[in-house]
This record gives sequence, structure tokens and C-alpha cells, in this order.
Amino acid sequence: MADYPKDLLYHPEHDWARLDPAHPDVATLGITWYAQDSLGEVVFFDPPAVGTQVRQGEGYAEVESVKAVSDVIAPLSGEIVEVNDALGDAPEKINEDPYGDGWMVKVRCSDPSECDALLDADAYAAQLD
Amino acid sequence: MVAAASETLRRTALFDRHVAAGARLVPFAGWEMPVQYAGVREEHLAVRGHAGVFDVSHMGEVETRGPGAEAFLQRVLSNDVSKIPLGGAQYSVLCREDGGVLDDLFTYRLGENRYLTVTNAANHAKDLAWLRAHAGGFDVELADRLDDFAMLAVQGPDARALLAPLLGDGEELPARFRSVELHVAGVTALVCGTGYTGEDGVEILCAPADAGAVWDAVVAAGVVPAGLAARDTLRLEACFHLYGNDLMESRGPIEAGLGWCCKEATGFIGADAVAAVRAAGPAEQLVPFALIGPGIPRQGNPVLGGGVVTSGTFSPSLEQGIGMAYVPTERATAGAQLDIDVRGKHRPAVVKDKPLYRKDG
Repeated sequence: MADYPKDLLYHPEHDWARLDPAHPDVATLGITWYAQDSLGEVVFFDPPAVGTQVRQGEGYAEVESVKAVSDVIAPLSGEIVEVNDALGDAPEKINEDPYGDGWMVKVRCSDPSECDALLDADAYAAQLD
Repeated sequence: MVAAASETLRRTALFDRHVAAGARLVPFAGWEMPVQYAGVREEHLAVRGHAGVFDVSHMGEVETRGPGAEAFLQRVLSNDVSKIPLGGAQYSVLCREDGGVLDDLFTYRLGENRYLTVTNAANHAKDLAWLRAHAGGFDVELADRLDDFAMLAVQGPDARALLAPLLGDGEELPARFRSVELHVAGVTALVCGTGYTGEDGVEILCAPADAGAVWDAVVAAGVVPAGLAARDTLRLEACFHLYGNDLMESRGPIEAGLGWCCKEATGFIGADAVAAVRAAGPAEQLVPFALIGPGIPRQGNPVLGGGVVTSGTFSPSLEQGIGMAYVPTERATAGAQLDIDVRGKHRPAVVKDKPLYRKDG
């Protein structure tokens, strides 16, 4: 059921970012429980190439259910340094574990101050209602 | 916004059951319809391997009756209506004078001079107006029966076995392309050996007030509720046309691959235009295709070098991107390579024979 972990930052377009205190310049990105539930069963994830520059608020990947395609919006700007290749064969992990095995990319953040524009879990959950 | 929009949408007699079953409801052709229950893939595979039930009560019905019924339908429908036996069913298209396709339809012969034609929901009003406009000079009566019928499609390899115990004493389900009035779960219903999934099964038309009893009995028998999303993936694997995607007024039946249901000798409206295209050969043809690698084609994706995807999805049975596209005739043969522009990425594909999915592989 709906779950919005407290340790993540959220973009209102239903994306999350996890900042590892040990590597504060690299963020892990994915889509929220709400996003995957709205989309339905994910059957295809089209990742960006490592090295691609992404910008906060813009699409960086596509995720598709049987019925529809959706852009995945970057909550933070930066360079893609790693892609979750396991999603190629198992895109259903995005549904099953959106904050764990369903992570999508890691980004080297170009502007840490962008975090100020993101929402905490309570604020994100509140704007879903 | 959603609440305001839904006030103007029509609901089928089974709406409350869909809500209770946890369906996701979406607007479709003016109706609030269940797009999925448990999940598209699960429902799709249930129909392929077992049995599923769809509420397709949004489909429209027009009854044609009277001494001139056959002659009138022969004039408007592309197929040879005189070939429909009593209790038979026939597929055809409704054409404009220029051969453009107004709708694709199943017509059931209920009696000597009595036929029931099932329309696509989005086309029902247009079809009815067209039929009425062309009925002059024929001794027929046309009746809009949209509000008189709910329609359930029970489809899948186990559909008939699960339905049989629900019938009245001594009653049997109709064979493929036959229809018969039966009692299903105690309810009087027109049961037709037709469907839109590529599986064996039937379609059940009954009074809306009776639909709940039929639905409950069918689901209790172990048939899985399935939504419009699974209906779409199933029909596309079977290469059945969807009006509005693969069929439209700007294209004719020959290019759509529906020449088999056009009998120009009957003199139907549009027959001359259809005959001309058949003789000259169409510039483009609708073909089924499968992507060779990853990706999912979607309606509107351009085909490089000419052509356009009219239906595309992820095939739960084949686990790959599939679709149908109009392509230049010289490339419309099985085995031809296509490149499809899927939102800027060129995805290689190969033209296939129909159907894309076949039970025996």
C-alpha cells in the first residue's frame, strides 16, 4: 500500500531522490509508490545513457505500462553516473519495490541547493489528496 | 475535475460491481468503463489460459426489422447479408460512398426479417443517423436498442465449460458465428458465438436489469473479470481492428485488409469505390508487426520511409512490442523490415502474418 519513506526528497511529479550522507553529491532517483500505482504494471524502462546531463523538472527516462508511456522527471540536475540495468529484464521491480530494487539512476548533482525546492514525505503525501 | 467529468459519463448496469471489484474506471467513448481490475497482464493471461468476462455494455445495438430488412442491410453493409442463416452472425463494414469506413459491425439474424447489428460505442449515434438516412424506399423499421441491452463477453478456452452449467435445462451454447436465445443464470439472453480476443467464447446480450445476475453467476463460476485494457491487448494479438485506431473514414476496407468482408456484387453503398481500389491495388496496407528489440510502439508513431502505426502495445503473451501499421504496399509483406520512430528512437520491426499470437505457437 501507499508508502512514502521519510528519508527521501520528493518532486511533485511523483519522483524521489535519496541522498547518501557518505556521498552527498550523488543522488539515487526513482518514481514514487503513487506513480507506479497510477501507471500499473511496468513492462518497459528506457534508461538514459551514463554521462547524460539531466535537468531538474525535465524528463530523463521513459517508463511504460501496457497501456501508456510516461516521462520520468528528474527531481535534481546533474550527470547520470549509473543506471539500474537490472530493470531492463525486470521492469516489474519498479512496481514491487519502487524505493529499493526499482531505483532508476544515480546522478552527480550539479546544484545541491535544488534540494530546497523538493518536498519532504509529509508534504508530498499531502499534495496527493 | 474527475468528479465533474464523471457526471456526464454513462454507466453500465454493472458499474457498482466494477467498483466493488476494485476496478480502475476510465472515460471511454462517453462511458465510465473498467480499464482493469487486478492488472492488465494477469487478466490477459487469464483469458488466454482460462476464461475472462468483460462488460462491453457500451457497445450499441440497432435492430432492423420488416419485409425489406435483408434488402436494406444488403444496401448498407459490405458483406453478403443474404448469406446469414437464421441464428447466424456476420461481420461487415459500413462504408461511405467513397469507400471510407464508418464503422465495423457484427450483425445477428434473429428472425426471418429481423436483424440486430452491434455498433461501436463511439459510432453508435453516427451509424444510426446513417442507417436512417439511407432507409428511404425500403420497407423496414429501425430501432435504437442501445438502452435495451447490457453485453458481457465471456472469452477463453474454459469459457464454454464454465458457462454450460449456468444454462437452462437442455440448452446448449451456440457454435461460432451462431446466436441463440437461452437462459443464463435464469435470465433470458441472446448468446452469440462471437468475440474480440482470438479465443473461443461467447457474447451475452441481456436486459440491463438482468446483467448483474449473469455477471455474478459467471464470476462465481470462476471466470476472471477483465477490463478494456486487456481487451485491447488481446484483440491486437489476434489482429482484430479497432475502429478509431485501425479503421477510419479516411481509409477504406481494402487497405485495412477487410476485402474479405466486402462483396461488391451486392451493390452496397461504397461498392464502386471499394471495387476500384481492389482492382488497382491500395497504395498502403495495414500490416501486423512486432518489434525485434526493446520498446513499445504506440498509435501515431511514424514508420520511416512512409506509414504510421495505428495500434501498438506490449504483448503480454509474446512479451514484446507489437502493433499494426499502414505501410506502403511494397513493404506490406510478411518478413519486410520496418523502422518505427518511437518518440525519436528508431526501433526495428518486422512485418508478420496474422494473427500475431496463435495458440499453437
